[in-house]
Amino acid sequence: MSLRQPDARVTRLSRIQGLLLAGLPLAFLLVFFVYPLAAILTRAAGQGLERLDLSQVWRPLGFTFYQAGLSTALTLAAGLPAAYVFGRFDFPGRGALRVLTTLPFILPAVVVAAGMNALLGPRGWLNLGLMALFDLSSPPLQVMNTFGMILLAHVFYNLTVVTRVVGSAWEGLDPRLEQAARTLGASPWRAFVEVQAPLLRPSILAAALLVFLFDFTSFGVVLLLGGPRFATLEVEIYIQALHMLNLPMAGALSLIQLVCTLLFTWVYARLNQSGAAAPLAPRVKGEGLRRPRGWRERLAVTLVSLFLALLVLAPLGALALRSVSRLEAERGQRGAVQTGLTLDYYRELFVNRRQSIFYIPPFVALRNSLGYALAAVVFALAVGFPAAYALGRRGAAARGLDLLLALPLGASAVTLGLGYVLAFSRPPLDVRSFPLLIPLAHSLVALPLVVRALQPAIAAIPPSLRQAAGVLGASPRRAWREVDLPLLSRAAVVGAVFAFTISLGEFGATTMLARPDMPTLPVAIAGFLTQPGALNYGQAMAMATLLMLACAAAVFLLERFQTR
Amino acid sequence: MKTIPKLLLLILAAALLAACAAPAAPSAPAAPAATATPSGPAELVVMTHDSFAVTADLISRFENDNYAKVTFLKSGDTGSALNKAILSKEAPLADVFYGLDNTFLSRALEEGIFEPYVSPALGQIDPIYQLDLTHHALPVDFGDVCINYDKAYFQEKNLAVPEGLDDLVKPEYKGLLVVQDPSTSSSGLAFLLATIAKYGPEQYLEYWSQLKANGVVVVNGWETAYYTNFSGSSGKGAQPLVVSYGSSPAAEVIFAEKPPADAPTASIVGPQSCFRQVEFVGILKGAKQRALAEKFVDFMLSKPFQEDMPLQMFVYPVMKETVLPEVFQNYAQAPDEPATLAPDEIAKNRDSWIKAWTDLVLK
Repeated sequence: MSLRQPDARVTRLSRIQGLLLAGLPLAFLLVFFVYPLAAILTRAAGQGLERLDLSQVWRPLGFTFYQAGLSTALTLAAGLPAAYVFGRFDFPGRGALRVLTTLPFILPAVVVAAGMNALLGPRGWLNLGLMALFDLSSPPLQVMNTFGMILLAHVFYNLTVVTRVVGSAWEGLDPRLEQAARTLGASPWRAFVEVQAPLLRPSILAAALLVFLFDFTSFGVVLLLGGPRFATLEVEIYIQALHMLNLPMAGALSLIQLVCTLLFTWVYARLNQSGAAAPLAPRVKGEGLRRPRGWRERLAVTLVSLFLALLVLAPLGALALRSVSRLEAERGQRGAVQTGLTLDYYRELFVNRRQSIFYIPPFVALRNSLGYALAAVVFALAVGFPAAYALGRRGAAARGLDLLLALPLGASAVTLGLGYVLAFSRPPLDVRSFPLLIPLAHSLVALPLVVRALQPAIAAIPPSLRQAAGVLGASPRRAWREVDLPLLSRAAVVGAVFAFTISLGEFGATTMLARPDMPTLPVAIAGFLTQPGALNYGQAMAMATLLMLACAAAVFLLERFQTR
Repeated sequence: MKTIPKLLLLILAAALLAACAAPAAPSAPAAPAATATPSGPAELVVMTHDSFAVTADLISRFENDNYAKVTFLKSGDTGSALNKAILSKEAPLADVFYGLDNTFLSRALEEGIFEPYVSPALGQIDPIYQLDLTHHALPVDFGDVCINYDKAYFQEKNLAVPEGLDDLVKPEYKGLLVVQDPSTSSSGLAFLLATIAKYGPEQYLEYWSQLKANGVVVVNGWETAYYTNFSGSSGKGAQPLVVSYGSSPAAEVIFAEKPPADAPTASIVGPQSCFRQVEFVGILKGAKQRALAEKFVDFMLSKPFQEDMPLQMFVYPVMKETVLPEVFQNYAQAPDEPATLAPDEIAKNRDSWIKAWTDLVLK
């Protein structure tokens, strides 16, 4: 085995290899994304255009841009300091905090709304506390159903995208670069601005794009926490498609949303072109991490940890607390809410009191959820790895794939779900005979995140390492296994965690699929919340707490993989 | 050079392996089970909304009696389920569709998703619910969307409970009512329809502008209204009046932590203040199991199923001479004079009514 020579044979092989790498993700996207979407849009167009009223587009479009821009800016403002702390410092509780910040990602909007309400609502813990403290007769905080609540929820949901994507890139920077700059006399600030910031630019841009797209297509948060005064494009699509049965209008709105997504991705690609990744990685894993030194660094770590704990823990904690507390007011004492601890809601989960055929034992729901999530991880990585390698090559195929990859994030989940009904309604490719369609749809949304996590890491692997392995006699496969794979494990875990949490949280389109009898935790939670009664509400909170615990445990285990 | 494709194969193989190990549907058969085979029971697929529920024993009895296997496809809320039935009408996903309501009835009939079936059980069904005279959609149950109130609140404040829609615009009830947006919630739409039925398509906006001036709170869905805003629920919100169902007080009793002496909430059932929703079942056009589907429709219209519904779905049977469970008799309230609108009128004006409401109340 010699060093590669640019002879004709190798170039041809390399082109074939590139095609193969791009081929799998392209085929995947064509079958499971482009085809169903095209099917539903064609059907919508076929229904005639008389019910199309484009004057209705501007208001939601403007609001969608406005709230997504503002939410993204806030998420970056909160997330970048956190990414810095995670990427640079080793401190007690670092791992736990990182697992915690992923939890919001899995929670269905209904549950987050309940959590926020338990914390900030008129009878939330905060208002109850303030009322008791200052002897007030009415709740001082009125934040539910406001624009601020939408922004807060978006930061709460997407902070983990920034801390994970940017944080892992930061951790992967070779500390020698910064050290060299410092040795040459640069101040810490100047070393950051001139050395680290340009190297982090691609991942910051990637995180910003992802967060923006998540906010841009935000649906549940706007619907449940913002209230009816606020409508994004996706909310409008939902209303038109499912409540007005106006498919042409829903189709037109989805198309606009898709075009916008394409536009953002294109702008992102342009911005990203100039930044070349430095092919340098730490010599030892975790080399860049160190204990905070000096009061400034300690303060930064403490403040960020406190902020994250407050932002994430408070609503989640309020939720968990609700699941074990009885909130029965004594008759005629509506003002003073009596609380007591109880495990009744958990106990009740295990009882099929009404002998319903749809009763789901919690562990069965958990098993279904975990099964789907693991399958989604496997699919997302299996498609994500070749896609990320393909993107690293220059050429039209790579650029096309790059644009196409982000589209599932910006596509309307409602429309895509209906597209699935149209496209995959016959055996063997329908949900009933092919239940894997559900994790496949999950992995579609996870794929862009997996690729964005992997690609910068791949670009950062110095080719010299692979060449050295080659010179030492390693076959390319062995070089990949022993050079690339260990260096990519951190990024792969980031991607896996996203795929896992997206699937566990029942992302978008799949809740639209007609599903056989395999309910997951979020489905069970939603089921409880559609009926009145204290036990139903309590059980929903209990089930949501189980979902959080399951997710925390799973993410914790997933993270174990990268320390190997 | 050849190794990366090989690796791809490896990953693919691993993916397939993992996929097989991952959730295999317990009911997914290897061979298509849609057609009756001499070796196994015929499979009947019933498409329905997420709120559908039934006692397990009843279904096994049906399965045993008819040598069948019933699979339920839960397909989202009423709107999503209907959408899926419409989109898949060329290759129907199911044999039977249950859960269509009177606000969507005309639209579903227009789309032609059902085959007509004159069930012998129709004789037992109160004719006022038989809204589709062509018998494509057969009534199964009804429920009323009514305003629920928090009993303790009114007792404590020594405030008279409003008797009907007229009272809600009075100053003493300012800011006390929470309703749902009719464009995102079926209960919200039902309440809007109640006001249209009562005040007429010309006057209802006038009523709503008074409600708006009186501080009506609008949220998107029933869950938020009931669990976040309503003071009578576990959410302990700020409004003691909420748009919910006439049967909700019974559910509050059944799902209480400790069996209460009395329901914490009740419904306002004055004349023309509740909207009556009727739910229908139909046999989907192109059903693979037409004979079995007919049996299932008959089964839904039979006494055991009709008497099972109240405690499973909190709706009322449409069959005459059924016995309601005790908790329903005591706490669920059905108005004597509900508000109703003809399904074709609803279908015709739905969009414009909602739009006019949105422009007035939300903007």
